[in-house]
Amino acid sequence: MSAAGTGAAAQGGRFARFIDWVDERFPLTAMMKEHVTEYYAAKSFNAWYVFGVLALLVLILQVVTGIYLTMSYKPSAEDAFASVEYIMRDVDWGWLIRYMHSTGASAFFIVVYLHMFRALMYGSYKSPRELLWVIGMLLYVALMAQAFTGYLLPWGQMSYWGAQVIVSLFGAIPVVGGAIVEWIRGDYFISDITLNRFFALHVIAVPLALMILAVVHILALHTTGSLNPDGIEIKKKKGPDGIPLDGVAFHPYHTAKDLVAIIIFAIVFCAVIFFAPDMGGYFLEHANFEPANMLKTPAHIAPVWYFTPFYAILRAVPSKGWGAFLMAMAIVMLFLLPWLDRCKVKSIRYRGWSWKIALTIFTVSFLALGYLGMQPVTPAYVYAARLFGILYFAFFLLMPLYTARERTKPVPDRVVYHGHH
Amino acid sequence: MSEEASVSRRRFLAVATSVTGAVGLAMTAAPFIASFRPSARAQALGAPVEVDISKLETGSMVRVQWRGQPVWALKRGKEMLTLLGNHNDKLRDPDSKESIQPPYAVNATRSIRPDILVVISTCTHLGCVPIEKLQPADAELGADWPGGFFCPCHGSKFDLAGRVYTGVPAPTNLTVPPYRFVGDNMIIVGEDTGANA
Repeated sequence: MSAAGTGAAAQGGRFARFIDWVDERFPLTAMMKEHVTEYYAAKSFNAWYVFGVLALLVLILQVVTGIYLTMSYKPSAEDAFASVEYIMRDVDWGWLIRYMHSTGASAFFIVVYLHMFRALMYGSYKSPRELLWVIGMLLYVALMAQAFTGYLLPWGQMSYWGAQVIVSLFGAIPVVGGAIVEWIRGDYFISDITLNRFFALHVIAVPLALMILAVVHILALHTTGSLNPDGIEIKKKKGPDGIPLDGVAFHPYHTAKDLVAIIIFAIVFCAVIFFAPDMGGYFLEHANFEPANMLKTPAHIAPVWYFTPFYAILRAVPSKGWGAFLMAMAIVMLFLLPWLDRCKVKSIRYRGWSWKIALTIFTVSFLALGYLGMQPVTPAYVYAARLFGILYFAFFLLMPLYTARERTKPVPDRVVYHGHH
Repeated sequence: MSEEASVSRRRFLAVATSVTGAVGLAMTAAPFIASFRPSARAQALGAPVEVDISKLETGSMVRVQWRGQPVWALKRGKEMLTLLGNHNDKLRDPDSKESIQPPYAVNATRSIRPDILVVISTCTHLGCVPIEKLQPADAELGADWPGGFFCPCHGSKFDLAGRVYTGVPAPTNLTVPPYRFVGDNMIIVGEDTGANA
């Protein structure tokens, strides 16, 4: 009995001594405390607060599955399409790894869009979190670059013509546009050379940027602290122990809640992989099951769903230069959000009706543009895209006006547990 | 005095080192940026191609590839050529002032020989390949359609001289590549006599 007791104590002691040894050489315990066990976030988090963790999960999933795909994929115009088929048919479990990666791409955008919508609802982009929002937007842009370069790699018809369309957008830049397009392609057309360099960007350059930005994003978050559905700074009300009264430690409290979200996510994710890996043409477009043919454009070119809101804006403008410009501005507007919104109240729970209407119009416009960007070009759809495009920009450009004198409700001092009154 | 001299000396050294470092960085970046340009092999593969038009019938086209881009040679009949002049008011650039073409293609038919149209068949909007709708009065494009090309991607329309319509996203007419005739039945695409270019 006593021998076992001393043994355990001695073991604990040995482990504690090992951690001490590490801590003298690397701030392991300090980092764990700062970012995990003593990082305090509000107790009142609701389901909208799981998408950051899910985005991180999908990032890891994409990196791991991507590494395995790289082992069998060949980045050349000659072999690329066949090597993807080889992964699908001949590599043990290759289909699973490939579908995890292709579904992961769409899942990434789903969780990121929900994560961004959460920020819009509860004002997570407002002072002092402007930089956190801008870093997040950089992550979003890097994610788009990652999705775009990755989509060329299977070298299907939609890979080829999608890349053709997007790369040509740079041709809209005055004077140097043509030279820039040639520089991006490394050739006079989308060729083997372009595929090879997009592969390099997709497997090392952009993922590296994504991972560094993700770390920077979390560091910025842990500097300001997480917001909550009431949009209150919990650091303002601390107990005698210096811990925010409305906060609980990230681990084990928030991690337990996140684990539930991860399990639900995994169930849905597996259901898609097993039963609808192409999601009816939304996650993997049907035209892409045909090898790239540079002499024949598919009858209907549409990007994958996550780009379609911006694509709809591009198509709605009857001018190449202005279409490309407005498409870029649609993303730039999001970067400017912290400075366009003049309202001091953060959460939608206490903001005025004008903001609620504006946010609803914006959300409907974004979804409508997303739908229209998938549809063929008909006059009715083009007019609809113009209408929703104008509403999209009106949301941002008029924001300084309609948020300046918003009729807000009084914001409570402490978080509220059953918010919707 | 010596301390003051030392501070200004240090400032000078710091600036000089930073500037030298920045110049070095810029010079190091140059080869990396330049390596993205088309390589010598890509340039060599962009050489001119020959097109045999001896078997080309009126109202039909031959497709070739030059620098990976699809190029069309269309043989237009008399009716096709007469129709060209009737819809200038619907065109964005009827006289090819803003479009890309060699000087010898700046004319009513946008070609060296009136009957043979040579164009790069990628839409000037975003590079899709338009569909040929050569016959007049198309079911989709209306009864007044004089024949031409329709881009399925974003709905741009071009006439039988590759001239773009107004109200569509393509900014300019279809691009005419440099080309020349060798005899009556052979076109070299990607090269002209130089005197004209």
